[in-house]
Amino acid sequence: MLQARHKTGLVFFPAFDWAISPTHPEREERLLYTQDQVFEEGLLDIEGIQEFKPELVEEPDVKRVHFCVPSVGRVMTESHFISAGGAKTIARAVIEKKVERGFALVRPPGHHAMRVVHGARGFCNVNIEAIMIEYLRKAYGIDKVAIVDTDCHHGDGTQDIYWHDPDTLFISMHQDGRTLYPGSGFVQEMGGPTAVGTTLNIPLPPQTSEEGFLYAIENVVLPVLQDFKPDIIINSAGQDNHFTDPITNMNFSAQGYAQLTSLLKPDIAVLEGGYSIEGALPYVNVGIILAMAGLDYTHVREPNYDPNSIRQTAQVTRRIESVCDQVMNVWKHRESLRKKAMTGKDLENRTRHIFYDTDQIVENQFETLRVCPDCSGVLKIDSSSDRGREIMAVHIPRKACPRCVELGYQWYEAAKKGRYGQVFLQDRPRDLYLES
Amino acid sequence: MIIGLDVGGTYADAVLLGPEGLINFVKVSTDPSDLFTTVLTGLEKVTQGIDPLQIQRLVLSTTLSTNAIVQKQMPPVGMIVSSGPGVDAGLYRTNDHYCVVGGSVDHRGREIEPVNAGEIRKIAETFKKEGLERVGVVGKFSVRNPSHELKIAEILGDRFEKVFLGHRVSGNLNFPRRIATAFLNAAVYPIHKNFFEAVKKSLEKKGLKVPIHILKADGGTMRFESSMDFPGQTILSGPAASVMGAIAFASPETESLVLDIGGTTTDMAVLLNQVPLLNPLGITLDCHKTLIRSLETHSIGLGGDSAVRVKDGRIVIGPDRMGPAMAYGGSTPTPTDALFVLGKTSNGDREKAVQGIESVAGALGMDPEQTAYRIFDAACTHILSEAREMIRRINSKPVYTVRELWEGTCVKPTEMLILGGPAQCFAEHFREISDYQVRVVPHWGVANAVGAALARTTCEVALLVDTEQGIATAPEEGISERVGRNFSRDDALKKAFELLRKKALEKGADPEALEMEVVEDLQFNMVQGFYTTGKNIRVKVQVQPGLIRGFSQGVKHAASQA
Repeated sequence: MLQARHKTGLVFFPAFDWAISPTHPEREERLLYTQDQVFEEGLLDIEGIQEFKPELVEEPDVKRVHFCVPSVGRVMTESHFISAGGAKTIARAVIEKKVERGFALVRPPGHHAMRVVHGARGFCNVNIEAIMIEYLRKAYGIDKVAIVDTDCHHGDGTQDIYWHDPDTLFISMHQDGRTLYPGSGFVQEMGGPTAVGTTLNIPLPPQTSEEGFLYAIENVVLPVLQDFKPDIIINSAGQDNHFTDPITNMNFSAQGYAQLTSLLKPDIAVLEGGYSIEGALPYVNVGIILAMAGLDYTHVREPNYDPNSIRQTAQVTRRIESVCDQVMNVWKHRESLRKKAMTGKDLENRTRHIFYDTDQIVENQFETLRVCPDCSGVLKIDSSSDRGREIMAVHIPRKACPRCVELGYQWYEAAKKGRYGQVFLQDRPRDLYLES
Repeated sequence: MIIGLDVGGTYADAVLLGPEGLINFVKVSTDPSDLFTTVLTGLEKVTQGIDPLQIQRLVLSTTLSTNAIVQKQMPPVGMIVSSGPGVDAGLYRTNDHYCVVGGSVDHRGREIEPVNAGEIRKIAETFKKEGLERVGVVGKFSVRNPSHELKIAEILGDRFEKVFLGHRVSGNLNFPRRIATAFLNAAVYPIHKNFFEAVKKSLEKKGLKVPIHILKADGGTMRFESSMDFPGQTILSGPAASVMGAIAFASPETESLVLDIGGTTTDMAVLLNQVPLLNPLGITLDCHKTLIRSLETHSIGLGGDSAVRVKDGRIVIGPDRMGPAMAYGGSTPTPTDALFVLGKTSNGDREKAVQGIESVAGALGMDPEQTAYRIFDAACTHILSEAREMIRRINSKPVYTVRELWEGTCVKPTEMLILGGPAQCFAEHFREISDYQVRVVPHWGVANAVGAALARTTCEVALLVDTEQGIATAPEEGISERVGRNFSRDDALKKAFELLRKKALEKGADPEALEMEVVEDLQFNMVQGFYTTGKNIRVKVQVQPGLIRGFSQGVKHAASQA
């Protein structure tokens, strides 16, 4: 009788009746063959692997993270309520110790969704990991969280949400942004002035194979996690680094993903991208589930797997080593970098243009952070889209000092008198979400 | 007239039904070491004085295969398992003669590695030398493409008495369960075959030449001849018999909880508008998780004869049975003895029952009457909480579409139907302590045999169409056909219903009363790049469990008269 070494929870929600459009990669068929493989392998019968039915996420859970324009209901479909709810269900099962680890095998994904949401970008509408994490913080008092994003695309949405949060370590390893959507995620992107170093980016060159990914895990991710000492480790488990993925250029494998999972030991993994629905996902997911449960995965392999034919070149190896050195440099000097970034500043401004590729929306943002010596600082975002929507959003962080709380309300009140169509306030310390 | 016979662990119940209702019933003790005599005695007694020519049908439900499996008294079989990559198939070893061989098929049914004929021949030699007569052959994804199992069977040829192929036992995906199911079918085959052939012969000698049907765990029946290919489907038919016995008396527009309170166990199940809920995967028996279709039933070790003990000042009932109640000559106090003390039952030795309950009362420091009430109440409360837990489990089963999740359909039985020996006594108390509309099933003592007699033939057909590859497969039916690119979902449903009708009639169904329904109906666009290259259509249809025409109305009518 097979018995899991680590009791593992699974939320499986393939949304067999939901698609962005009939031939879009994010369509009904996406997890069909994964379901076939997981069912045929009998993984759900294994002693110590337990399937949970996803709950629906609630509006306050979404508002804790996002400013949805014009409203939560207009940017989310039924399926988003379930995929975010699935992540929440698995997180609760882990925190309440019903299981030791959990994997939310859900769609649609979320890691390209930023704090302000005007629509869908990179197939994502809301950030399901962030919704889950902020729920855990609110309901269970979880404090320090590490997110390791192993999707092939830079997790720019998650990076945006945690850019100014020193209690959330966000590490993204992905294909170099010069060669792939969304075109960001360089080593120099290391967080806002009050949170320098808790955002880390490891851009990997195209054709990176198993040894490259595992090198980055062993030489950057694991040592950084050891220093940061998170209460919980989340893996944004995108599966599009696979050698058969149609929209990326990497050479990772099911064996590699399983080994990565064994090394990382995430408390919770959440599925992100991965669009090789026949050649990769069935095998990668079986590998990840077995690895999470602490079971033997050495026989899991794609029909066309040949490690020699996908091995990375020496040049790729050198490039990866150099990137990893740069990232470790940022991490080692984060204190001094942070000091330098904060010195002499009262307010820090950022101007950004954000393109929503899925919904074809262009957004302009003007962000202002109070560079606070006592907390991570209150934040306001002036955002307008080419759909004619203009909003002001104020975020008072979870551990805001009294001065920042006060300023947040002042900004909110002032904006209400201004030209904005909508004004939002997230008061995280009081878990209060206002809008006018 | 029709006969239903249900062999339980303690008693075998037999009933004779006519269009007007129950004509005769008997209860005989089960002799676990000689079920043949038990069955024949039951049949003989229930048909006494009846002209054999008047009997049209006989349905049997026995614990024969179940016992063989649980007591691990199965003759040896050979297993040939072809896995390919994935979880190590060696971990699913079912028995000594278990060989993992080369060859593999992927999730779309494409061959990845061919069968190695030489390897199979060698294994066949060894099996022969070891004197094995039955062989199970199971491949991963064989329900997507059965060619490897068929190829292996072809190599084995006719050198073995019987070969069981994995893709024929179920259309569902689950390789480890397919292995277990093929194994159990092969293992119980000779036991099943010898037993029923002997029964048939004896009956024929007595002039009883009627079609024999055998009850399955899904509450349906199959013809004796069909059962030779699927003897494993007969395991755990007992709880199904009880559920079928309650159906005729369930309200048509509500959800019902069925309780069969026996001597050793209480079995529970749920009916939705008179249709029993099926278990989506299959039976788990002993250490075997299978793909054998069954009703969703839950069995707990608490019955009228469960042993009552005092542990740490608290009453503990079951899960074991040490023998009959003290009122009937046993030596351990039981809930039945409590019923004697409370004056709810009387046809036994009350003195002995009182003695038993007094021993419990002594340990608790309470008077016997109070103690008897506490025992009885504890039994009822425990059954209710287990029922709640079963319903919670049913409602927390995952679903995989947005529509189903948002609709969030929820089972909430409002009616409780009770059968089994102490049904009446328990019903009274359930009325007091629960919100259920509580009813006792008429002829509660033999309602299980009535259920067996009235059960209709059930079966299921799964059809998978892949228009990109141009193939339609119904693995259990041994069908794999070419289809055109325009083959539609409607075509698939039509085809599946055709196959189902044919299969049901072969298994002995009444052509006029086929309650066929769709249980799964999914269609996916298959896309390569940004172009639709085909459709993946998955339909599953079934004859749902239910009662045969004619006799059930009679039973119901007669009961309402009584």
